[in-house]
Amino acid sequence: MARQPDGPPPPPTVQKLRLRYTKRGPLRFASHRDLARALERALRRAQVPMAFSAGFSPHPKISYMGAAPTGAASEAEYFEIGLSQRRDPEQVRAALDASLPPGIDVLECVEAGEGTGSLADRLDATRWRIDLPGVDGDELARAVQALLAAETVTVTKRTKNGTRDVDARAAVVSAAVAVEAGCAILHVVVRQLTPTVRPDDVMAALAAVADLRPPLPVRAVREAQGRLDDSGDVADPLGPDRAVRSCCQEERAQV
Amino acid sequence: MFADMAAGAGGYPGRVMTVESLYPRLEPLLAQVAKPIQYVGGELNAQIKPWDDVAVHWALMYPDAYEVGLPNQGLMILYEVLNERPDALAERTYAVWPDLAGLMREHGVGQFTVDAHRPVREFDLLGVSFATELGYTNLLEALDLAGVPLHAVDRDESHPVVVAGGHAAFNPEPVSDFVDCAVLGDGEQVVGDITDVVAAWKEQGRPGGRVELLARLARVEGVYVPRFYAVTYGADGTIAEVLRTRDDVPPRVGKRTVMDLDEWPYPKQPLVPLAESVHERMSVEIFRGCTRGCRFCQAGMITRPVRERTITGIGSMVDAGLKATGYEEVGLLSLSSADHSEIGQLAKELADRYEGTNTGLSLPSTRVDAFNVTLANELSRNGRRSGLTFAPEGGSERIRRVINKTVSKEDLVRTVTTAYANGWRQVKLYFMCGLPTETDEDVLEIAELAVEVIRAGREASGSKDIRCTVSIGGFVPKPHTPFQWAAQASAETIDHRLRILREAINADRRIGRSIGLRYHDGKPGVIEGLLSRGDRRVGRVIERVWRDGGHFDGWSEHFSFQRWTTAAAEELAAFGLDLDWYTTRERTEHEVLPWDHLDSGLDKEWLWDDWQDAISEDEVGDCRWTGCYDCGVCPTMGTEIQIGPTGRSLIPLSVVGARPQVDVDVDAAATDPVHTH
Repeated sequence: MARQPDGPPPPPTVQKLRLRYTKRGPLRFASHRDLARALERALRRAQVPMAFSAGFSPHPKISYMGAAPTGAASEAEYFEIGLSQRRDPEQVRAALDASLPPGIDVLECVEAGEGTGSLADRLDATRWRIDLPGVDGDELARAVQALLAAETVTVTKRTKNGTRDVDARAAVVSAAVAVEAGCAILHVVVRQLTPTVRPDDVMAALAAVADLRPPLPVRAVREAQGRLDDSGDVADPLGPDRAVRSCCQEERAQV
Repeated sequence: MFADMAAGAGGYPGRVMTVESLYPRLEPLLAQVAKPIQYVGGELNAQIKPWDDVAVHWALMYPDAYEVGLPNQGLMILYEVLNERPDALAERTYAVWPDLAGLMREHGVGQFTVDAHRPVREFDLLGVSFATELGYTNLLEALDLAGVPLHAVDRDESHPVVVAGGHAAFNPEPVSDFVDCAVLGDGEQVVGDITDVVAAWKEQGRPGGRVELLARLARVEGVYVPRFYAVTYGADGTIAEVLRTRDDVPPRVGKRTVMDLDEWPYPKQPLVPLAESVHERMSVEIFRGCTRGCRFCQAGMITRPVRERTITGIGSMVDAGLKATGYEEVGLLSLSSADHSEIGQLAKELADRYEGTNTGLSLPSTRVDAFNVTLANELSRNGRRSGLTFAPEGGSERIRRVINKTVSKEDLVRTVTTAYANGWRQVKLYFMCGLPTETDEDVLEIAELAVEVIRAGREASGSKDIRCTVSIGGFVPKPHTPFQWAAQASAETIDHRLRILREAINADRRIGRSIGLRYHDGKPGVIEGLLSRGDRRVGRVIERVWRDGGHFDGWSEHFSFQRWTTAAAEELAAFGLDLDWYTTRERTEHEVLPWDHLDSGLDKEWLWDDWQDAISEDEVGDCRWTGCYDCGVCPTMGTEIQIGPTGRSLIPLSVVGARPQVDVDVDAAATDPVHTH
């Protein structure tokens, strides 16, 4: 039998918090592993009473989900933590935000609502904003039209185990073009399938259908992440938790 | 000079300008390279000061990849010490990988600091910390990327003063064409003195230009300016003499020594990177210097005497550092940490203090001593008992007498067996190959030892689930050690001995399968040997290798032995010398060594006597316990041993991350508990 540490097991999780944070400015170049390390250290500095897994090498209870790729900025990254003591979510948000470098900003923190299901299940689409400096708005609009008109657009992704073909068109829910300060901007809603279609893959698809080749590196920002709603946009993934809270508060008020 | 002063519109006379960030031009390139996070800065506890608020600007470089350079304690200490001064700022820069270097050249973006992304070219000083000689080609690459002339003589007063430091700076002759100054010894105080000199020279309107500035720096204790010393050679290729070329610089340059470590509790705010680095922990230096007298160890020779930080000083640094970083592990750093006079009490009191906080403690290097098992047990209370490292260094008792690291075979086996009996599953033993006087038999005894350790360990632990990893490094003779005269073993010798050792370990598979063998071939050691004991003529080899595309020589995927041997053959031929002359040739007693005019405090006659003692297998004690044996350091440098015990103890603290209402112990203590190097 495997050796077990002496003594009783670690204290259980008494509260689950769900948080939204950003990846802004130069920190868009952080990978998901870099962010995980930064968040774990910040939780320690902020003295958040984390719950730990049992065993010889206890780990704090943290779940990361749907990380934006290295190089892409984000306004909507999510993770969930388990606490061994109850804390006010807003205080945790403020303390954690103060312990993180500028650019990783904690925007929201809510208690996980009972019976609302998993957060990961609520993150099935992303709304991206992709800035294409040096690209003409009309040229981009034509390329986007060609992409939307296509049945399938296969692009080759580089993965850890070599290359893999993926249908980028199938993941694109909607796409629109704007021009701001002379820079063409693509607003695109993408379903999170496996393998994930990332902004790079959307750009590869535009190159495939319309030979669109931006002269300068493009910049992608994940503006929102959540479940696709009926209008084709993404819903706030923390909405169900907030709904449970306000409902509970009303019940308490009535008592 | 008056024109300069007139041009200065800001608060300081001389060339004043606000230096712009390269980041807007760098950012598009970062999207195209591997691990871009290493170039963006923004680490926790990083500092950015306004350029025009200070007189003196330092760029501090660790000439290796960011992941290796960022955790370097020396650089972190100087970064803080300098930034605390109101008249100075310091920013950091690291070696850039070839993918980004190529893009930087293509787009005309110069070597930059990661803090404010300012061009290295614009700083007053570029301080480079050489922990190993294999960083030399990376210095040339950085200078070239920065737009700074490679050769010190081609620089003018608009270029940064290139200052080398670190252990390799005790023989900076191979890079003397490329650096303006080398600093010997502890950096904490001397960087302040250098800053004062540069600030005064700028304030006065840069009188006498660059040469005058260097002459003033050459008069700062511990600063060596190679251009003011002329080297002549004899017919046999050895150095005839080294003479100063100006009367106002010292004939010999002595090292700097910080005497009271408690006065220098740095780093106070250790840098925490977002990117992964080689040390995912914070470190507190618990003492500096070592007098164990291991004859191969340059660090132990050039950092004498031993100066301990007090137990209370250590306690407050650990506390402040953990609060400032959020790290889960603290390394108690030194050359031989178990030798601190209050280590037992320190380990116990720190373990008590951080109980229940998932904070691990570790010792990065340890001798073969049963006490160290007790210590490791204390530091890893309830944590994983997975790996423990001892460094016997020599395979046979005979060779251990030669290197003055004496431990009997019985003690060694007993210590390792104790570790297995205490629940450690994996013990790593560190050895060197190619030591002076070494024979095949000495190396083969490593196999006997490993087999014995496994046999006894299986018996003591009652388990076959134990492992012993034998890790072997090739020995490179270093300046300022008793082995500075020794012939280095050839790569062929090293490779032959490693081959027969591997065969011996695998002879009995029933035991051999519990023994792992880790080693590198002998080739990089030969080049390290050339650079360690080289003279000024080796500079041409370094430059040639860099021009042929050589860099990141500490990385096996970038190191090219062929490139080095070709460059050495072609560049050294002009002097009638070759690679062997610098490496496998034994030096004679009165040969002028390239570093003889650089004073580590060690008496050359004492070093020679110790070398003779090594050959006759005579040991020498540790002056902390057996009395002074006249190595020369204390009287030459005006220093003395600073050790406890202080009799103090750590006061209880309210601790970061503690869970006071929880009385169960889930202490992970964690990770590789005790290892060496």
